[in-house]
Amino acid sequence: MRAYLIRGARILGGARADLSLRDGVIAEVGDGLAPVPGAEVLRADGLLALPGLVDLHTHLREPGREDAETVESGTRAAALGGYTAVHAMANTDPVADTAGVVEQVWRLGREAGHCDVHPVGAVTRGIEGRQLAELGAMADSAAGVRVFSDDGHCVSDAVLMRRALEYVKAFGGVIAQHAQEPRLTEGAQLNEGEMSARLGLCGWPAVAEESIIARDVLLAAHVESRLHVCHVSTAGSVEIIRWAKGKGWQVTAEVTPHHLLLTDALADTYDPMYKVNPPLRTSEDVAALRAALADGTIDCVATDHAPHPVEAKETEWTAAAMGMIGLETALPVVQEAMVETGLLDWAGVADRMSFRPARIGRLRAQGQPLTAGSPANITLYDPASRGVVDATGFASKSRNSPFAGLELPGRVVATFLRGRPTVLEGKLT
Amino acid sequence: MKRHLISAADLTRDDALLILDTAEELAQVVDRPIKKLPTLRGRTVVNLFFEDSTRTRISFEAAAKRLSADVINFSAKGSSVSKGESLKDTALTLEAMGADAVVIRHGASGAPYRLANWVHGSVVNAGDGTHEHPTQALLDAFTMRRRLGGLEGRQITIVGDILHSRVARSNVLLLHTLGADVTLVAPPTLLPVAVDTWPCTVSYDLDAVIPKTDVIMMLRVQAERMNAAYFPSVREYSRRYGLDARRMGQLPEHALVMHPGPMNRGVEIAAEVADSTRSTIVEQVANGVTVRMAVLYLLLGGSVPANPAEEDS
Repeated sequence: MRAYLIRGARILGGARADLSLRDGVIAEVGDGLAPVPGAEVLRADGLLALPGLVDLHTHLREPGREDAETVESGTRAAALGGYTAVHAMANTDPVADTAGVVEQVWRLGREAGHCDVHPVGAVTRGIEGRQLAELGAMADSAAGVRVFSDDGHCVSDAVLMRRALEYVKAFGGVIAQHAQEPRLTEGAQLNEGEMSARLGLCGWPAVAEESIIARDVLLAAHVESRLHVCHVSTAGSVEIIRWAKGKGWQVTAEVTPHHLLLTDALADTYDPMYKVNPPLRTSEDVAALRAALADGTIDCVATDHAPHPVEAKETEWTAAAMGMIGLETALPVVQEAMVETGLLDWAGVADRMSFRPARIGRLRAQGQPLTAGSPANITLYDPASRGVVDATGFASKSRNSPFAGLELPGRVVATFLRGRPTVLEGKLT
Repeated sequence: MKRHLISAADLTRDDALLILDTAEELAQVVDRPIKKLPTLRGRTVVNLFFEDSTRTRISFEAAAKRLSADVINFSAKGSSVSKGESLKDTALTLEAMGADAVVIRHGASGAPYRLANWVHGSVVNAGDGTHEHPTQALLDAFTMRRRLGGLEGRQITIVGDILHSRVARSNVLLLHTLGADVTLVAPPTLLPVAVDTWPCTVSYDLDAVIPKTDVIMMLRVQAERMNAAYFPSVREYSRRYGLDARRMGQLPEHALVMHPGPMNRGVEIAAEVADSTRSTIVEQVANGVTVRMAVLYLLLGGSVPANPAEEDS
């Protein structure tokens, strides 16, 4: 394996240093390091060195919807976004609810080689919310599943949720809940509020998310297990999570880039590009989510990258698919929403986009500090660059980006996966 | 005026008054033995109806034909749409036919906005889901103005299922633009969250509002709302929010009773009220044609006079 010497990057936005990468690990960090023979030298003046990003929430769509995304195309997008690990959600076809399916996805990830793929296992068979899936078999499989989720559907049955939380304690698993009370959201299209009232679209009330989170944190406390809350979208949810954490309960949470930047006001032309579940909320919710990510109440940013083919969005709002892609824009969006606003420094970004999600997913070789001996998972990022997002150039198979046409800061210059570059000069290797 | 009429909010006060005045002019044509003007000769109007609504379709069809436009009726039933064709492909087909205006009725809120992305002609919203129905609001305003003189400062009460009503949304916006004071009356379950952001007042008590009402508009209430627990029973709804003879007696002498139709007699409106002299319900239907003529004329006709015969005389 080729050795690399990264010269003069600002580590986590701090002091400039050289990083010497050899045999998949960071061999040395220091000033004025000499390249070992045969090493390639990368000048990184003005660039940040961040730990390779870790996404807890990615839809790779394979198996089943290879027209929207594949493991290959989705992990290429991930690498371009600075990610070295993604968690592939279970709502594929067939559902990732057996050891066979999770091992298939895991193997496809290894073969693609653009980033680590950690399959998420379904909580219930067929994500139908009736019977537990074979969680233990998935945990024991080659894929070593630790995160379980019926994402897209809420585990709304309180007994089933309690049992799932209890059961995964045996192997250090976590239940990642898509919090959505189903009866309160029948036919729901858009955040219930001023916009839904004006547009005549069936409302998705904040209480439908908050009531499930309130129940789940109490269940997690009762059975002393780990709960992770997917895509938190409301100010009220933040309050409940803050309270649960204050009690010392094992509750973690994620927020998506789009919920940190966009609001439901964008729905006013009924462009389904802005249709997503949970829906875009109000500017007050956005402010609360940013504050919660800054103070650590929300642990991490997760993309909920949800590719859909063009025809699924070129329709009436109510007929359109829910979801947006986000792997290739996550870091610029977080810079715009959190760093440019002074809410988070780059060490904070590294914590929320790499260290903490890796800990939640129990990944040992990801989310490690950029010090000698760590696996060489590194993202080089140019925060001074600015550009208009051009979705036509994305590696993702899909184009449903709500950020297309927006001017955003920052650019991923290079990504290293265990010492091997997956991206150099902003392009896949 | 904007190129499309999708929301009543698209209309400024001047736009709305221009449409109403033009409709007043065109109403004279309707009284002639030959009810036809050459104004839109050679223009094509497509009625694109994804929902059954014979009343509204016929009204638009009559309006377009009286202006000499060519009319194509495209009903979703029995067409390629029922075979899964997308709205976009339907739009591109209409575009290839050279539609100058597309009148669209659709079950999905916002469908006319989507359509407007894919056609060059004017899009007229003939009712979209639970969003808006702006020509209904215009014909209601036209009817009120004819009966009451003007709308400035008038108290308009709209009663019923506001949450699911496109008629209510368009009326609140247009009547506010025209200077009227709108009060919505409904059980709290049938009012949208955030209704306080609308330019109107809200009451749960019909009897308290009735004595100071100039126009009361009763909305259709669908019995299936009962199953979704919006109200306990049709009888209870009718007792609390229906307009019966007793309540009609509490209205001021000059007050009008309106209903966009189709009515549920005995539910939101008693038969004797619907058939009373205060009721404008039949008149609303007739006014629908003239108002829609005015809309099509102003969107498509441009500078030529609406009624050339009138100009000559």
